[in-house]
Amino acid sequence: MTAPALELDEVHKSFGATPIIRGVDMSIARGERHALIGPNGAGKSTLFHLVTGRFPVSSGAVRLDGEDVTGLTPFEIYRRKLARSFQITNIFPRMSVYENLRCAVLWSLGHGYSFWRFIDRMRDVNERAEAVLERIGLERRRDLPAGLLAYAEQRALEIGLAIAGEPDIILLDEPTAGMSRSETEHAVDLIRRVSQGRTLLIVEHDMAVVFGLADRISVLVYGQIIASDTPEKIRANRAVQEAYLGTVPA
Amino acid sequence: MELVVFSLLNGVLYGLLLFMLSSGLTLIFSMMGVLNFAHASLFMLGAYLAYQIGRYTGFWPGLVLAPLIVGLLGAAIERWGLRTVHRFGHVAELLFTFGLALLIEELVQLVWGRAPVPYTVPPSLDFAAFTLFGTTYPAYKVFMVLVSVGMFALLGLVLTKTRVGLIIQAALSHPDMVAALGHNVPRVFMLVFGVGSALAGLAGVIGGFALVTSPSMAHTLGPIVFVVIVVGGLGSLTGAFVASLLIGIVQTFAVAIDVSLIDLLARFGVTVARADIFYDLWKIKLAQLAPVLPYLLLVLMLVLRPRGLMGTRET
Amino acid sequence: MSEVALKEVATRRGSTAWLRAAAPWTLAILVILVLPHLLTTSFDRTLLIEMGIAIIFAAAYNMLLGETGMLSFGHAIYFGLGGYTAIHVLRFIAAGLLFPVALLPLVGGIGGLFFGLLFGYLSTRRAGTAFAMITLGLMELVVALALIFDHLFGGEEGISGNRTSGPELFGIRFGSQTQVYYLIAVWMLASLALMRAFTRTPVGRLCNAVRDNPERVQFLGYDPSRIRLIAFAVSSFFAGVAGGLFAVNYELMAINSLGAERSALVLLMAYIGGIGSFLGPILGAVLVTFLQVALSDYTQAWLLYLGLFFVLVTLFAPNGLIGLVLMHGPIARAGLLHRLVAPYAMALIPVLLLAAGTIALVEINYRLAIRPELGAAMKLFGVSFDAKGAAAWIASLLLVGLGFWGLRLIGPRVSARWGEMLEEARA
Repeated sequence: MTAPALELDEVHKSFGATPIIRGVDMSIARGERHALIGPNGAGKSTLFHLVTGRFPVSSGAVRLDGEDVTGLTPFEIYRRKLARSFQITNIFPRMSVYENLRCAVLWSLGHGYSFWRFIDRMRDVNERAEAVLERIGLERRRDLPAGLLAYAEQRALEIGLAIAGEPDIILLDEPTAGMSRSETEHAVDLIRRVSQGRTLLIVEHDMAVVFGLADRISVLVYGQIIASDTPEKIRANRAVQEAYLGTVPA
Repeated sequence: MELVVFSLLNGVLYGLLLFMLSSGLTLIFSMMGVLNFAHASLFMLGAYLAYQIGRYTGFWPGLVLAPLIVGLLGAAIERWGLRTVHRFGHVAELLFTFGLALLIEELVQLVWGRAPVPYTVPPSLDFAAFTLFGTTYPAYKVFMVLVSVGMFALLGLVLTKTRVGLIIQAALSHPDMVAALGHNVPRVFMLVFGVGSALAGLAGVIGGFALVTSPSMAHTLGPIVFVVIVVGGLGSLTGAFVASLLIGIVQTFAVAIDVSLIDLLARFGVTVARADIFYDLWKIKLAQLAPVLPYLLLVLMLVLRPRGLMGTRET
Repeated sequence: MSEVALKEVATRRGSTAWLRAAAPWTLAILVILVLPHLLTTSFDRTLLIEMGIAIIFAAAYNMLLGETGMLSFGHAIYFGLGGYTAIHVLRFIAAGLLFPVALLPLVGGIGGLFFGLLFGYLSTRRAGTAFAMITLGLMELVVALALIFDHLFGGEEGISGNRTSGPELFGIRFGSQTQVYYLIAVWMLASLALMRAFTRTPVGRLCNAVRDNPERVQFLGYDPSRIRLIAFAVSSFFAGVAGGLFAVNYELMAINSLGAERSALVLLMAYIGGIGSFLGPILGAVLVTFLQVALSDYTQAWLLYLGLFFVLVTLFAPNGLIGLVLMHGPIARAGLLHRLVAPYAMALIPVLLLAAGTIALVEINYRLAIRPELGAAMKLFGVSFDAKGAAAWIASLLLVGLGFWGLRLIGPRVSARWGEMLEEARA
């Protein structure tokens, strides 16, 4: 049996004396689109930080394709083909949109810490960056400093940075936060396209997005997973309704 | 034995002086995110002002007036300087204070000249406080200890027991929230910067007669204070305290134990030739190394524990 | 994007881009060739030489500050250590080592690189404010150790060498100042070209990324500390090159070449010029070197004036002088620049008054505090007066007061006009 793409095993995290994540088990299969939902303060972003190496776990293990990656640095985890986006836009504001994307494709194309070749002459880098630019729909903003983009455009760039390295596993943290209905639809469309054939873990508050996109849903409440199942079963789950959803019209 | 006790006393005193400076610096850094490069310059100003005021009125009014003037100057710097630069980012803020330090050093030379000024122990403190092992310990040093300890006690009380203190503590970590609660955060910042500066000035008043009061004072002490901050862990008061005492004691002992490797080797009957290329290395006396020791400690810290003694890991 | 379209974009960027890129360099070469014929006195030539060295050092410094966001307070140690390496090799050359003097800057660069890697590995373990403080501490360490190791650093007298002692190549012995000038010019152009090229490489782009958002760089697969270390090493290499040229020119290396004053000076040069652009530090180096050399003839207080100027730049022009110039870009492109002449001219008056008053106060105090032996009679702006007299003080304070008051009055008006111009230009 093939190992799950991403697996969390009894993961705990406390900040000082305060436990935030209190024993989380999760298993996401290859190619699965998995949503993580839960009330504010449940620890969803913290879980992302633990998986991607931003914070060390207090105990437990994180495994990628069966390999234990607990305690690795964020760049070591990225190099194992896991990429993430951020809830609060985390781009390079003084660089142009195009330059932002070029930085994001460098590692996956194997260029490492090269400073003996001109980046403008690297065909593969420029081709991939142009392709991603097109995919996220920001061609008209190519040379604009990223800090001057409109909010929804910045969120699109955020997703662009996450996918530019063609990762196997994509983690998206509230990608549609603060977007209007039509912007959200565009974003969901983009997410569906880029996660084709890849494993996706997405944190979201917008239930329409969640139920429309996810193969499976996990519900995180007070640092623990109270349910993990298909969307229909989650929707009908008593405990989930009490803790988070309320009674959602079918 | 006598050497050990007196070196310990002097070392602790020096450490307390360093802590007076580094605590104010840490408070300002924790609250406003900016490291005040001019902090040691304000220390120097305190010494010079105390000297100048002392020439007209004697020492004691200067003890009160000098820190007050420096504190007001600090508040003015915050109000018209830092507040303007703040929106340009941390680098710009740090550079502003760097420029200020340069400016203050030049201005001090402009007013008082390039040579050291005779800022000496006032006659009222110029007696022996006690005698130990046949050597006297001067009263002014006891006075310095009393002033610094008293200052910490007062500071601790104000921060933990008064309303203003609680607001300051809150603004240390959540300035936006404190502002949303209706407090005048800019005014709190100005207050903290002013008080921090006044403390630096006070340290200057009492430190000025233990050290030589000259325009290069800030340049000599400043880097050591910054090393204290880094070694202790940026933003940690406890760390600054430990690092201050550590550096103070180590440096004082080094000056007292004035031996070199050559002396040590001679004890074992080994002589080193003058022409030996490492002669320079062997002949270094520990006292010569004393000014370098804080920086060696810094290097050691960077190799073993980059975040400092009590620092938190930067994410 | 289609293959054809991609090629089209590439060629379109290719042909004109090449010309636009080559233009400033061609201009620079022309200027460098012409200047020695226009400025023929030894004093002027010395000035140009100092500027050349300063330009390399300032540009190297900006690789850290402007490109990677790393503020160093002690970068002169790489300049100095590079210079010391070069001067020791120069001494070996005089003793018989077969090595061209023209390549000594490379030796300096290697010296700078060696120490850059050594100390850089330690320093780049931290970032931001901690990094800045560490560079300060390391500088103090190196200076203190230099004072102790007499054999290597020459103590008070320094280490001297003879640049004409090398093998004669193509008839050049570096005996004349002109030859040194051209040596520096060649090294300067080469260094600037290489540093510029570095910014166009993957690591060069990543340096900008680390400057903007070091955390995000981690999530793109790169270790920001490693990138900072590379930037640090390259920067110290070129700082060492500048140091090597310094050693060749002055034939003497002393401990003040690695200390606080030189470190502060390069920081001032880069920041005043403008750290956000490649040209900024070059401009800053030229300006500050000029002020340093020219002003010190007229006044002892040049460091005070420089410090004051620097503080004003941090407060009101954080993007430096280049930033101020570039700010006018949109207005100039809209053809509205001439409309700003009048408001600027008006604002100039209180500025001049303020400056005159401040200078007067400073110079009076300088005379009284530092050179009292010269007596109290002095001359400023063509006016003779008694430094101790009340008239001098009152006049100076009056000038300052008037200037300050005038600025407060006119300042907001000019600001408003500027805003209007910008809006109009954007429309």
